Amino acid sequence: MIANILRRPVLFTGLVITLSLVAIALLSLVWTPAQPSKMQILLKLKPPLSAGLFGTDHFGRDLTSMLMVGAWNSLSTALVAVALGASVGTMVGVFLAARRGWAEVIGMRICDIIFALPPILSAMMLGAFLGAGRFTAILAIATFMVPVFARLTFGAALQIWTRDYVSAAVGMGRSGFAITFTHILPNISNQIIVQVTIQLGLAILTEAGLSFLGLGMPPPAPTWGRMLADAQTYLGQAPWLALLPGLAIALAVLGFNMLGDGLRDLLDPRDRT
Amino acid sequence: MITILTRRILSLIITLLAVSLLVFSVMNLLPGDPASIMLGTSASPDTLAALQKQMGLDQPLPLRYLAWLAGVLQGDLGNSYTYSVPVAGLIAERLAVTLPLALMAVVLSVAIAVPLGVTAARYRNGPVDFFVGLFSYAGIAMPGFWVGLLLILLFSSSLGWMPAGGFPGWDAGLGVGLKALLLPAVSLALAQAGVLTRVARTSVIEVMNEDFVRTARAKGLGESAALWRHAVPNALIPVVTMLGLQFTFLVAGAVLVENVFNLPGLGRLAYQALSQRDIIVMQNVVLFFAALVIIMNFLVDLAYLVIDPRLRAKAQ
Repeated sequence: MIANILRRPVLFTGLVITLSLVAIALLSLVWTPAQPSKMQILLKLKPPLSAGLFGTDHFGRDLTSMLMVGAWNSLSTALVAVALGASVGTMVGVFLAARRGWAEVIGMRICDIIFALPPILSAMMLGAFLGAGRFTAILAIATFMVPVFARLTFGAALQIWTRDYVSAAVGMGRSGFAITFTHILPNISNQIIVQVTIQLGLAILTEAGLSFLGLGMPPPAPTWGRMLADAQTYLGQAPWLALLPGLAIALAVLGFNMLGDGLRDLLDPRDRT
Repeated sequence: MITILTRRILSLIITLLAVSLLVFSVMNLLPGDPASIMLGTSASPDTLAALQKQMGLDQPLPLRYLAWLAGVLQGDLGNSYTYSVPVAGLIAERLAVTLPLALMAVVLSVAIAVPLGVTAARYRNGPVDFFVGLFSYAGIAMPGFWVGLLLILLFSSSLGWMPAGGFPGWDAGLGVGLKALLLPAVSLALAQAGVLTRVARTSVIEVMNEDFVRTARAKGLGESAALWRHAVPNALIPVVTMLGLQFTFLVAGAVLVENVFNLPGLGRLAYQALSQRDIIVMQNVVLFFAALVIIMNFLVDLAYLVIDPRLRAKAQ
């Protein structure tokens, strides 16, 4: 297994990046170099290495600590949103594949409609009523993920339904529900895993966008997106404030994308191009 | 062809109606009365009642939906609460910024992605392919609004070559307008280009293995001629598909990038409507964006039918 991973540079790089980020996020729960919300106005806008590893922001808060806690906030929001979207989407997809007929036509059309609403816009609509916050962000991202997973699992499940062993199970009188659980889901799980990984990258990107617009977790909780929004004002004065959170977002997305591509290569060699 | 077209258009209309129903439901069924959200907690009961009446909130829901829909079909989207002007005019005005921005981003992304993808496919597994792969990974991973900040940092703050944001309006001249949209368009285009480069590369590699390309080579055509004259045109269908699918992300990106560059576009309008709690504007802008995405996908669908006669036969 380990030799298999080492032989694949994309998978290996993706794994290293994501594991490091997860480790940093988990570490931030028990330790950060400073209290991330502690303001020290005398130390404001200090460049990297002159106060802490990555310097300080306009309130003199330690950027390293904020980035660490931001990693946790960003990863956990993305993870919950994707888990929610993937579960509901997969249930819808395999259900529609088992039912076909009108359910399929209507279900897929609903998916098209939800897919037409970018999560930023649905978050704005939800935010107007429910108020901005982590819950709104998760709900908006998860809603967008539902059609993504419903379409993927629907297509994949349909292929499995045409296999001989599934026809045999149908012939033996097994119910659609039982076949879905014993034959369909286990056979499409690899594709779901790959898609979850790739969508985690997209969820992080979306969460950052929502936080940038002020639709993510409210202050003082540090998020990468809001750190970028704050950095706009000090762009000429303190460019590191804009560089570092953006780099963190890009690195996280890159890590999940590479991990997803690597996993696809490893788990589903037929898809390789 | 006409039957397929009729069927597609019918399905487009049903989808658009369903989207309008969804947007309306979200806006009207969520907890919170739109009028009190717009006025805030300090509003007097009289003002609240007046606004409720003006917005038709005293009518039953299905009637309100039908009234809104009838208005949308006639181009009457109601009046903005904060700007006190018709929403339709507001959207048209902002569209004059967002549409050119999106078009520039699409043109730029294709202009970057197709040559890169084709070159990577031509020199597959070599160093060029490796660097193009890196570019595409980076393009996908970097948030457009961050790229925007970096571009401002480099071209406005440091070099002073470009405006840091804002839009002088098309009255100031075509060149000035396009210049103001260039950096935002590049920020939007990079992510798109990252995705499209990958698709173009994969697609060209697949087509290069087809019989007709082998025949082209066999009749003595050089590698470049076989590639550009035969393989590339045939490899473009997946690129067009991806462009259609990516449109949702382009719209989302535009909302963010317009806010970074302070562009008076539709995305900024939606954002301002949110902060001013102008539900009427929000509802219509969101519907407009969603309809745009659906119509784009419809056009891509139609484009296939025109490009590929096999799909035409299949659809019948």
